[in-house]
Amino acid sequence: MKPTDYAILSKRQLSENVYMMRIHAPYIAAERKPGQFILLSVDESYGERIPLTIADADVAEGSITIIFQKVGFTTTQLAAMEVGDHLAAVLGPLGQPTHVSKVGTVVCVGGGIGVAPMHPIAKAFKAAGNRLICILGARNKDLVILEDEIRAFADEVIVCTDDGSAGRKALVTAPLKEFCEQAPRPDLSIAIGPPIMMKFCAETVRPYGVPLIVSLNTIMVDGTGMCGGCRVTVGGETKFVCVDGPEFDGLKVDFDGMMKRLQAYRPQEQRMAAGGGDHQCRMMAQAEKLEKK
Amino acid sequence: MSTVSPEELNDKAQKILADIDAKGGVLKASERLAIPAQEMPNQDPGQRRHNTDEVALGYSVAQARVEASRCLQCKNQPCVAGCPVSLPIRDFVSAIAANDFGKAIALIKEKSLLPAVCGRVCPQESQCQASCTVGKSLKDVDKAVAIGRLERFVADWEREQSQAPVPEVKPASGKKVAVVGSGPASLVVAADVRREGHDVTVFEAFHKFGGVMLYGIPEFRLPKAIVSAEVETLRAMGVKLIPNFLVGRTRTLQDLMDKDGFDAVFVGTGAGLPHFMNIEGENLVGVFSANEYLTRANLMRAYEKGRAATPIVDAHRVAVLGGGNVAMDAARTALRLGADEVYLIYRRTAKEMPARVEEVEHAKEEGVQFHMLRNAKRILGDEQGRVTGIECLCYELGEPDASGRRAPVAIAGSEFVLPVDTVIVAIGNGSNPLIRQTTPGLEFNKRGNIVCDESGRTSLAKVFAGGDIVLGAATVILAMGQGRRAAAAINDMLSKA
Repeated sequence: MKPTDYAILSKRQLSENVYMMRIHAPYIAAERKPGQFILLSVDESYGERIPLTIADADVAEGSITIIFQKVGFTTTQLAAMEVGDHLAAVLGPLGQPTHVSKVGTVVCVGGGIGVAPMHPIAKAFKAAGNRLICILGARNKDLVILEDEIRAFADEVIVCTDDGSAGRKALVTAPLKEFCEQAPRPDLSIAIGPPIMMKFCAETVRPYGVPLIVSLNTIMVDGTGMCGGCRVTVGGETKFVCVDGPEFDGLKVDFDGMMKRLQAYRPQEQRMAAGGGDHQCRMMAQAEKLEKK
Repeated sequence: MSTVSPEELNDKAQKILADIDAKGGVLKASERLAIPAQEMPNQDPGQRRHNTDEVALGYSVAQARVEASRCLQCKNQPCVAGCPVSLPIRDFVSAIAANDFGKAIALIKEKSLLPAVCGRVCPQESQCQASCTVGKSLKDVDKAVAIGRLERFVADWEREQSQAPVPEVKPASGKKVAVVGSGPASLVVAADVRREGHDVTVFEAFHKFGGVMLYGIPEFRLPKAIVSAEVETLRAMGVKLIPNFLVGRTRTLQDLMDKDGFDAVFVGTGAGLPHFMNIEGENLVGVFSANEYLTRANLMRAYEKGRAATPIVDAHRVAVLGGGNVAMDAARTALRLGADEVYLIYRRTAKEMPARVEEVEHAKEEGVQFHMLRNAKRILGDEQGRVTGIECLCYELGEPDASGRRAPVAIAGSEFVLPVDTVIVAIGNGSNPLIRQTTPGLEFNKRGNIVCDESGRTSLAKVFAGGDIVLGAATVILAMGQGRRAAAAINDMLSKA
């Protein structure tokens, strides 16, 4: 079997808090398909396992590309790692691959970091012979990622920012609604991004009868169908994102329930972010006391 | 259960042992039956609910020899018939009584790879000890010879004697075997197949090896150092161990054979998706499967708050649903993580509980509150979607059902609410769908378990299976037993190839 060391082969900062890395993971590179994800950990003994989507892969080099936003404890640690460092663990590719086929016109909506997982899916739909429209949303122009890469293959690209610093000053749902109103209507829409964005994309396309696929990124521990932490309600049934997903019928997902579950560890995360954990918090408090004496 | 200190138990045993030794160990059956059953010394319940150290401290040498002297050395050995791997129980117990611990452990290891594990977690009271003549003569299964404790004693004794000998490996056969998963069934297959000189590779999805013995069974019941020692023995035997490798996704099972040249594959992927109750409120924040709760606490070390990056809920009032060993593990883990109140909710009575009596007793001693003949009706939450309580319904026992146990029947209008912030669902597991989804031609039953014969042969040539993926949720020892038989079948197949 090939040796795998999860070395960081390259690192690029895409925006203030967004990073792109190439990681040595030859088996995952060879097997991954659009829509799949990995779990990674940066510390063998005490690290947590976080799910991240695979943005791209290079089979010859044996590498996968991940794009992540520095938001929590582990992504902050990951962002501090450099080329030549090794991750503690990378498991994948996980989840069901996207079912790619020729349907006609496909509108892909990517919000913020969600553009990263959207990229390989959009590319695959184009390669399958569809007319491809991509809507990329971000808070401002610095946070728009992969625009050039996507323009290279998409038939049409629309950039939306909250502040109008790039493209249209609009939410992604505005152009999405316009496409739904045009004839011919899109045959399929795909939305990947913050849950609130996916929820409103669902509400946007619902009246027009345009199908919507969403890709969910929930809290996971094992990622292999054992813990059940990733469960979401889809069409009234409990589903497991790791083995049933990550893609689901966006018109049936209970986004409100999912958003609440994503907040489950907010108090603990804030504590960790405040000082790398309770232990360090206490040490810092003690140090402060000593200084005051 | 005992609240007597280990020192006192040892002193008493010393005195009895002196009498036995004075008679040269030659005792009449009536004298053996008169020897008091040796109590297992335990950590004080008040202390242990605040730490993760092992609860049962283990016999002293004197206690072990006294307990072993209670054995009547029956000719027909009913205990052996009760053991899923047919340990030579009578003979190893006799060796312990005779102070020959090296011989005792050697006898066990001819049949079992994991005595330190099985001595701790096997349900002996319903296996070997259930048929023990001593227990039958004294009309109390709890007074049977404590075979499990004796097995644990010699296994621990061996581990404490410098280096346990590494099992001999035959010269390289040139054959390659893949083992999928690293739980009890897989570890046994790896060892038994490696001994025959085959090249063995174990693939594990997690970053550490041991499967359910690591992520599921808590430290206070099975110290992780024991599992690591067994894994290190395999490594010393030359077994290759590959972590972070999910067969089915990282590589398909078929590719392992077709592209990587494995001559046989053993699938020991264990239990899968946790069952939920399918009641209102089950996806609220604060509701966990026992699998998730225990994995966070054990494997991801969330009990070391401040060091582990994996968070765990700050639970104050916890309801655990279920009556098996996993429910006990979850309830007792919640106490150790600082919960003030832990309620165990079970819809039948203590008599029908599938958990081991010892685990139930330990949980009670530590302060878990048992609500028998109660079942969850729905889980209540606040506007943020967080759990605030659990509405339960009272039950009574009716006629026996298909399982032979009296079926619980709901009492109309008996609803009541327990205020809790955390609910842990421990009502069992389904099967993992991954291998099924990715392995065409492999036959599964309608519950999603792999179909195989007594030797673990599946519907695919060269593919064998065992453990919970075949049995559904079972025990370490049954998984081991299946591993043994599958390994024998693999070795047999490879010797003829």
